[in-house]
Amino acid sequence: MSLLGIEDLGRPEIEAILTRAKDFQASTAKYDTLKNRLLVNLFFENSTRTRTSFEIAAKRLGADTISITASASSTSKGESLVDTLNTLGAMRPHAIVMRHAASGAPHFLARYLPTPIINAGDGTHEHPTQALLDARTILDNRPSLEGLRVAIIGDIAHSRVARSNVHLLSKFGAHVVLCGPASLLPAQLAQLAPNVTLTYNIREAIQDADVIMMLRVQLERQHETPFPPGDYFKFYGLRLEHLQHAKPNVIVMHPGPINRGREISSEVADSNRSVILNQVENGIAVRMAVLERVMGASQQ
Amino acid sequence: MSTWLIKNGRVLDPANGIDTVADVLLLDGKIAAVGPNLTASNAQIFDATGMVVAPGFVDMHVHFREPGFEHSESIESGGKAAAAGGFTSVACMPNTMPVNDSATVTTYIVERARRLSPVNVYPIGAITKGSAGEELAAIGSMKQAGIVAISDDGRPVMNARVMRRAMETAKSFGLPLINHCEDLHLSAGGDMHEGFESVRLGLRGIPGCSEDVMVARDILLAEVTGAQYHVAHISARHSVAMVHFAKQRGLRVTSEVTPHHFALADIDMPPYDSNYRMKPPLRGCIDVEAVTEGLINGAIDAIATDHAPHPGSEKMQEFERCPFGITGLEHAISLSLEKLVHPGLIPLGRMVELLTVNPARILNIPKGTLTPGADADVTIFDLDRKWKFDVNKSLSKSRNTPFHGHEFCGGQVATMVGGRFVWRLDGLNLD
Repeated sequence: MSLLGIEDLGRPEIEAILTRAKDFQASTAKYDTLKNRLLVNLFFENSTRTRTSFEIAAKRLGADTISITASASSTSKGESLVDTLNTLGAMRPHAIVMRHAASGAPHFLARYLPTPIINAGDGTHEHPTQALLDARTILDNRPSLEGLRVAIIGDIAHSRVARSNVHLLSKFGAHVVLCGPASLLPAQLAQLAPNVTLTYNIREAIQDADVIMMLRVQLERQHETPFPPGDYFKFYGLRLEHLQHAKPNVIVMHPGPINRGREISSEVADSNRSVILNQVENGIAVRMAVLERVMGASQQ
Repeated sequence: MSTWLIKNGRVLDPANGIDTVADVLLLDGKIAAVGPNLTASNAQIFDATGMVVAPGFVDMHVHFREPGFEHSESIESGGKAAAAGGFTSVACMPNTMPVNDSATVTTYIVERARRLSPVNVYPIGAITKGSAGEELAAIGSMKQAGIVAISDDGRPVMNARVMRRAMETAKSFGLPLINHCEDLHLSAGGDMHEGFESVRLGLRGIPGCSEDVMVARDILLAEVTGAQYHVAHISARHSVAMVHFAKQRGLRVTSEVTPHHFALADIDMPPYDSNYRMKPPLRGCIDVEAVTEGLINGAIDAIATDHAPHPGSEKMQEFERCPFGITGLEHAISLSLEKLVHPGLIPLGRMVELLTVNPARILNIPKGTLTPGADADVTIFDLDRKWKFDVNKSLSKSRNTPFHGHEFCGGQVATMVGGRFVWRLDGLNLD
């Protein structure tokens, strides 16, 4: 069973993963749940935290892992994605974790490959394990997602993190406010899920927020300059003075990598409101829960 | 040459206002007579009882990929697919390798078609050299060699001044100018129609306005120059409205729509299925309604397939890397019946007009009628035969269509070019 996105995932399934992840938090114990199982980490895009996080998660569950990055793979020799995956599939891994710059690349492969695929980020579409670890992090700080006001601020148009989070948070009754300049905030996002609103004004987005989630401006996915670069931090960068408009116990999140002084000030990133490193930590626990589910079930 | 008598069909010849059960006599490659109870000694009989007998269908927009991309399609394979789709004449776009921007390439296509294609092939010449959008191609020389229109299909002329000169040149030679309307700055990098679906799937959008702004520009230039101007594969609602407006102003402006643009919308695409990837993209439902309305009210003059074969290897990639385009020759009639005629949106006669006399008039070719003396090109189809499209039986070299496995009601039964059967559903009487 592949994990391609949050959109098609039901609440019980998400809850099961988040609950199981709690078991894996705060412990670095090793398990042998996935002993003799092989996980291939296939990253066609640069990644530090996600790749490492999956690798550690797999190792803690006793799986064998192999990590491949695109520059070292056959794709640079002109091999097609299907052939690369078929080749890897023939080596019989129990699951493939895949990151790719093209939206839908894992969905396309899932149609042709019997091996379960875990989407570790596809283009500007989804990044399901990120949304799961974000939910885990919020739930470590709040009793429930229901009724929370979550502001997601930045380059929403190009953000797979935003899409996955919108789907997940909305499924659990949170109110999501998406904020960015119009060129990075397509109006259609308001229909992506129930309880989503849009604003171009960061103050409005932050007002009474329980959670502020900052996003990086994804220059590598933009093929133009959609907003005057010099103005970005001034109008969409999160600074300490903004936090007074949020709830007093607001938490500040960021999927990383953070660009200090571009979308978030150092003072905020390092403040006691920031849970950015907790997110990283939860990444391992959540991915353990996901791997157990995907790789365990496929071999029954 | 054999003599054929097509008996008892519903003869539909919009050019002559004929819609009646009658016989059609074909003699020496020409239409000899249309009327009730015809007889002819030593004529072979084709019993068309319960079928529609129409002038040979004209597809004014295909890509046969020859020269240069014969692994995708050739003039021979494309011609066979056209015959199997009920088409007797096609106009092929110039985006070959080399581009059809010279009399040499035009002559090559004409000669290859004469020898290898079962259907009539009319080349369309490039507007600019290499379709690069800068310097005008040898339009007059290509006309002498046989082109029937000019177009830089797929690579629209972005420079308005070049387009103006192209229209003036086309006018001088009595050629229509066909444009693929897409402002390349607005559509740059786009994968599918810009709308809710593109945002949801994280694919880059090709906005409807990228078509609209170029249609608007071109209509203004057509008015200035007085050129005959045709919008290829119209898809966006405002473009349809503007063509309608241009016609009301008496300009020589026409347009065509593909079957897939009135049959499918962006929401119909299974996630990231490259068989749904084409330019212009499948638009929103409101646009599908608009092109359908355009077919009804006359803003749209023709149905053309934009048959765009690509080999499987190129379509088996990440969505954003796949080339644009789908094949379309073999299910155009059935889709038109399913989406337009069977639901009662247009009468059958209007459908035949959109596929025969109208495109023939736009291209100024002597086709699309059953007038006695005309070439004996005939398309015979039925309205109620249930059949399932199997792409693996397609005569095209390529397999890129979203309609594999689709169940149709009605479709082509036989195709005649110059008084000879070039395709028959029952496989009989083929040379």
